[in-house]
Amino acid sequence: MNAIQIIKNGIVKENPTFVLMLGMCPTLATTTSAINGMSMGLATMAVLICTNVVISCLKSVTPDKVRIPVFIVVIAAFVTLLQMVIKAYLPDVDASLGLFIPLIVVNCIILGRAEAFAAKNSPIASLFDGIGIGLGFTFGLTLLGMCRELLGSGSVFGFGLIPETYNILLFVLPPGAFITLGFLIAIVNKLKN
Amino acid sequence: MVLVLTGVAVIMGGILAYVNHLTEEPIADQKAKALADGIKTVMCVDDLQVSGTDTLKQTDAKGKEQVYVIYATKDAQGNDLGAAVESTTGGFGGDLKVLVGFNTEGQILGYTLLEHAETPGLGAKADKWFQKGEKGDIIGLTPDQPLTVSKDGGKVDAITASTITSRAFLLAVNNAYAAYKTAPIDAESGATTKSE
Repeated sequence: MNAIQIIKNGIVKENPTFVLMLGMCPTLATTTSAINGMSMGLATMAVLICTNVVISCLKSVTPDKVRIPVFIVVIAAFVTLLQMVIKAYLPDVDASLGLFIPLIVVNCIILGRAEAFAAKNSPIASLFDGIGIGLGFTFGLTLLGMCRELLGSGSVFGFGLIPETYNILLFVLPPGAFITLGFLIAIVNKLKN
Repeated sequence: MVLVLTGVAVIMGGILAYVNHLTEEPIADQKAKALADGIKTVMCVDDLQVSGTDTLKQTDAKGKEQVYVIYATKDAQGNDLGAAVESTTGGFGGDLKVLVGFNTEGQILGYTLLEHAETPGLGAKADKWFQKGEKGDIIGLTPDQPLTVSKDGGKVDAITASTITSRAFLLAVNNAYAAYKTAPIDAESGATTKSE
């Protein structure tokens, strides 16, 4: 597989949100607005790219028995690193996503890709897989966030489009996340076939 | 096997310690800046200095310890402006931490939410709802009588569909006022720093 194929695979064929259905917890919880969804997607992508490359580099020295602990140590380290950097330089992102950044450690996309891709492929291929899956996740979260923000708060990326009287509060609340996600998966599946 | 795991853990630990060292200062700066900006916002003055800080600890009815931090402020000429008070209550989604500015008469000058976990689109509107000219305007009021929402017989309009957040917010404001009134800050020397 070449780089473009790997990236395309991550965005379309194995899109983590709409096809693999991985990482549903942050997907549902952080997509109350387009900007929140996008920040979460980008944060996850940053971690995924780093862990994929490092784990791929370590694959020949890591014995099979301690594979998972090594992966988790690497993932946790990068997530903590990211959290400190966000706290220091992006206080606004920290305020809106704060709690969900450390939870990236247990995001199954990260461990899933480490196990399914990085542990079997070269560091370069893993880098592109990280970019592809990361972009797919970011795309999914941003789309979901945009739909929920538009229906629930009447705006997209903070720009008001629909007057407040026509907003449907349900869509910013948890049930709205499930409903929107369900419809988006249906639409994406229809478009793919 | 053990060697690899230990090695990875040690290297990652080392990297983390290094980055922690690098980001420690910016993080502290961000916090200090957010607080300083908050104090300026709630006192509605750009040119001020914090002349004294006071921490007040009280145990509330449920036996939970409440901490209030009072920042006494003066303007550039050294006149007393009143104080900004940090107060925390339990909101709908978690702790609701507000900073309220009072003038020397105890009138509310302004407020800002320092930390909250309220529902976006509902309770999270509290950052604008109670500001001047908005529906739940509390600016200029003096909470001698505790402020309450209209549903509880008070005169403040609660945020639509977010009565719990509104109650928590007003409670935080009332508590802040009470703390401000009982605060043992010495207005003359101005530099009292007490904590118990």
